[in-house]
Amino acid sequence: MTSTLKAYAVRLFPQVAALVVILLMVSFAFPDFFRLEMQNGRLYGSLIDILNRGAPVALLAIGMTVVIATKGIDLSVGAVMAICGAVAAACITSGYGLVGTLLVTLGTGILCGLWNGVLVAVLDIQPIIATLVLMVAGRGIAQLITEGAILTFNDPGLIFIGSGSLLGLPMPVVIWLVFGLVVSLVVRRTALGMLIEALGVNRRASMLSGVSTGVLLIAAYVLCGLCAAIAGIIAAADIRGADANNAGLWLELDAILAVVVGGNSLLGGRFSIAASLLGALIIQSVNTGILLSGFPPEFNLIIKAAIIVLILVIQSPRAQSAFVFLSRSQGAAPAKTEEEAK
Amino acid sequence: MQPVNSYVLSATGIDKIFPGARALNGVDFSLRRGEVHALLGENGAGKSTLVKCLTGAYRRDGGRILLDGADIDPQSTLEAQNLGIGTVYQEVNLLPNLTVAENLFLGRQPKRFGLIDTREMNRRARALLAEYELDIDVTAELAAYSVAVQQVVAIARAVDLSGKVLILDEPTASLDAHEVAMLFRIVRRLRERGLGIVFITHFLEQVYDLSDRITVLRNGQLVGTRETADLPRRDLIAMMLGRELVEEVATEHAAKAADGEVRFRFRGFGRKGHIEPFDLDVRAGEVVGIAGLLGSGRTETAEILFGAERADSGTAETSGRALDLSSPRAAIREKFGFCPEDRKVDGIVGDLSVRENIALALQARRGWARPISRAEQDRLADQYIKALDIRTSDREKPIKLLSGGNQQKAILARWLATNPDFLILDEPTRGIDVGAHAEIIRLIESLCEKGMSLIVISSELEELVAYSHRVIVLRDRAHVAELVGEEVTTAGIVEAIAASAGRADA
Amino acid sequence: MNPRYFPLAATIAIFIVAYAVCIGQYPNMLSTRVIGNLLTDNAFLGIAAVGMTFVILSGGIDLSIGAVIAFTGVFLAVLLEKTSIHPLVAFALALAITTAFGALMGAIIHHLEMPPFIVTLAGMFLARGMAFVLSIDSIPIKHPFYATLKGIYYKLPGGGRITFIGGLMLVVFAAGILIAHRTRFGANVYALGGGAPTARLMGVPIGRTTILIYALSGFLAGLSGIVFSLYTSAGYSLATVGVELDAIAAVVIGGTLLTGGSGFVAGTLVGILIQGLIQTYITFDGSLSSWWTKILIGLLLFAFILLQKGLIHLTDRRRRHA
Repeated sequence: MTSTLKAYAVRLFPQVAALVVILLMVSFAFPDFFRLEMQNGRLYGSLIDILNRGAPVALLAIGMTVVIATKGIDLSVGAVMAICGAVAAACITSGYGLVGTLLVTLGTGILCGLWNGVLVAVLDIQPIIATLVLMVAGRGIAQLITEGAILTFNDPGLIFIGSGSLLGLPMPVVIWLVFGLVVSLVVRRTALGMLIEALGVNRRASMLSGVSTGVLLIAAYVLCGLCAAIAGIIAAADIRGADANNAGLWLELDAILAVVVGGNSLLGGRFSIAASLLGALIIQSVNTGILLSGFPPEFNLIIKAAIIVLILVIQSPRAQSAFVFLSRSQGAAPAKTEEEAK
Repeated sequence: MQPVNSYVLSATGIDKIFPGARALNGVDFSLRRGEVHALLGENGAGKSTLVKCLTGAYRRDGGRILLDGADIDPQSTLEAQNLGIGTVYQEVNLLPNLTVAENLFLGRQPKRFGLIDTREMNRRARALLAEYELDIDVTAELAAYSVAVQQVVAIARAVDLSGKVLILDEPTASLDAHEVAMLFRIVRRLRERGLGIVFITHFLEQVYDLSDRITVLRNGQLVGTRETADLPRRDLIAMMLGRELVEEVATEHAAKAADGEVRFRFRGFGRKGHIEPFDLDVRAGEVVGIAGLLGSGRTETAEILFGAERADSGTAETSGRALDLSSPRAAIREKFGFCPEDRKVDGIVGDLSVRENIALALQARRGWARPISRAEQDRLADQYIKALDIRTSDREKPIKLLSGGNQQKAILARWLATNPDFLILDEPTRGIDVGAHAEIIRLIESLCEKGMSLIVISSELEELVAYSHRVIVLRDRAHVAELVGEEVTTAGIVEAIAASAGRADA
Repeated sequence: MNPRYFPLAATIAIFIVAYAVCIGQYPNMLSTRVIGNLLTDNAFLGIAAVGMTFVILSGGIDLSIGAVIAFTGVFLAVLLEKTSIHPLVAFALALAITTAFGALMGAIIHHLEMPPFIVTLAGMFLARGMAFVLSIDSIPIKHPFYATLKGIYYKLPGGGRITFIGGLMLVVFAAGILIAHRTRFGANVYALGGGAPTARLMGVPIGRTTILIYALSGFLAGLSGIVFSLYTSAGYSLATVGVELDAIAAVVIGGTLLTGGSGFVAGTLVGILIQGLIQTYITFDGSLSSWWTKILIGLLLFAFILLQKGLIHLTDRRRRHA
């Protein structure tokens, strides 16, 4: 068990270190950064703010991590968020009740994921192309549901999901923490994690070893749709209305970025949901930090671009072979490569 | 006529070393002007490595290459092409989405006023193909044409660009008889023009039909170069499969021929386009060997037995009950296992650890909801690392970092962990070092002593003879002979393989 | 018919049928005015889509174009407001920057061997960020030269006008068609899309071609930015969000294979016109809502992806049985 913990620590170290450095840097510019206050049984402070505002991207990153681990990508999650927010608003205003609304909305997300999964697994369409369809059409579907307006609601139950608090933490934070924990536990305590990694690394070898690759692929996209649905509910509950135009806009890119910042390879295989969640927090900390430290928010995107380029350089095959070369030339045992006589 | 012994290309002492394996070991090869020279050998013998060294796709680690008597050292296939060595591969190395004319003239299109003169390009393309008796619409995409036509276009481009040496790597693998005849007419005409042509194939009829000389490689070594006319088919097969034709007496294995109940019964099992329907009985504790040349349907037989390709005819049963072999997953539920031939593509999951690779099939069979605990995985991995002597620093090492033989043993461990009743091994000893060879053979014998039924496909006939109780011989995607008991000898197998239409037999 | 013309033929057929349906309902739509407006309103999108066509033909993707268009608009607005240089000089500067920007992305894609998706995503953030840094407000452009350019048009019989920017789009498409089919660079783009390893074996300079492709896309995104600033007479850093999606949709609906190697620049023009037609129809109808555009375009996208999947399947099978 300790060795597993140690492996976790090693895996998450770069993300934790990056997060700590960023938080420290912000705290220099904004001394009150780490202050937490308890008001009306709820914690307030910049750190809580980061956790709260990062909720949608964190939730999307959970599903995106799994999809990317299968060597896929899901471009439609932002649009699915908009659809689900619209469905939630429409349901609650037409009297489905809170439970009914949540069930229908989560079902919608699952259905969207199923659509993507079937295109990828059954029709064998490239993931980036398959999910583009829903990315383009999804926002139109959401607008169709809200009929173009911002569909507002005032159901206290639904609003509570966006702005209520539980155990001193804002609801969105509770939701993504719990959901992230549940999904992590499910994939790691069952064999799902290993089977997904095997599928992402070598689909054919996994199939020949008896792994149900098709079902797993579809399940990954369904999970992604479910995550988008929850994120959509939170986004809608937060503003007490469904904004089909802006809900989840470009969040698919942030989610992919969170996964990449989390050190997960875009080529599939090994994945860590915890690392992706840290990635999401890093992105949100940069956003919030720029705001707090008085930098013009205009620099936000440039810093994001710089982060991507940095990660690209570190992850690029050329740079990696350079690392391998360096570590070899330092007298490490020459690792045998997979290359051998044909 | 050119003088007979004027070599256009000669390579001496070519070495190529890959990490963990020596792919070519001091191989000599020479090509005359105006000859068709067949280059033969089983998979992994080093044919394509030699070709890649000649064409600059690989850097050789030793030896000289002379073209027209001058030393050359091509750094890329492009450079080799400019020097005069053109290559045409089985998987046509042209772009299917471009037109025929564009493929012929890519990078050297005729221009007019700074723009490509499409009309002139198409005219030249038609003129060029006319030399090959090919009258096709050169403005259509290459993909619109049959592989045979694509081959001819590829040859036309290669000859037009290089013009001294033409290397044909398995050009006929997916052609029908009529198309092969057309291709051969073209090759003969190029021979008359004085080109040196290297012809790689696994169809022996075609070798005798077309070639002037034959060079055989085996395990990265030169076995020999002979005039085709002086080399009887039986001797050629013996050269390829590595056994001089000594009359071997059936050894101990004849005594242990399994005579138990038939455990697995296949009747009329087959799939159109893959393997002709066959009957097969396998007893408990029996090793059935499968022999045949490359492309004879060996791997296809394995794939259909394991459900990787679904059978479209016939039945499979065990002790009176029908077997469900509709997918690998179903086959695994029936306690089948399959070590595929192409370890890297179909076998290992490279980035995962040795432990995970060993546990994969067992885990897949148990389903995701019933995980094998980490302690149990560790125990399994350690057990098999020890039992099969898998050499790895620890069980958490990514399997892609292991040598071929150890990867192979890990894949074997993957299946042994599922405790199968029926295990199919496709070329279990290919590309692994001699020590590991012996260990895997011992393992096969001990498994069958424990009552497992095994199907072993191998092009190493001595090995096959050593452990098989029976050997099925395949040819042209059909099961053509079954050798039992004392008939199981290398000579017997070679005889059965060679006993085809056999018109070119000396 | 050669199967590679199927998607293009399907696109043209869809356009003709759709236009006929539109005219059936609203005979007014059959006028040169509508056609002129169709060209003018979609000029910036069309020009950017030509660049996207080349990128997709080569098997890549460029997510940065919307941001580059916005950047160009803001850049021009700031330059013309703060300095007294002539717009033509500003145009040249803008084009130089966006072309170099594209070339840089191409170089990263080639030399770091990274997927175009992520590299151009970073480019998108960077370009949008630079636009924000220049100005977060919408800056009007009041230079008289802009009025002059906007005043140029060719009058069609029936009252329609081909404006300067509409005409420019047609010229860009003509140039794009010429480059795609009549230059070695164009042939190399198709070759790259057909398979980079094979193209390399056949002597295609992969690196140079990749860099040129993204440079071209950057150049055309810059040109599109100029056209957009002419169209709106302003520069705004939040403008043209998501234009890359519209451009990708136009390219695919225009019959180009999203995996690269097959398609026509001319098809993209028809794809643009189909999108414009849907919008025009919705405007004419009045009761239909704008979101139907997105849903219809999504459906068309899906239909074309399926059509091409089917075509590939068909040619595969035919070849096997040939």
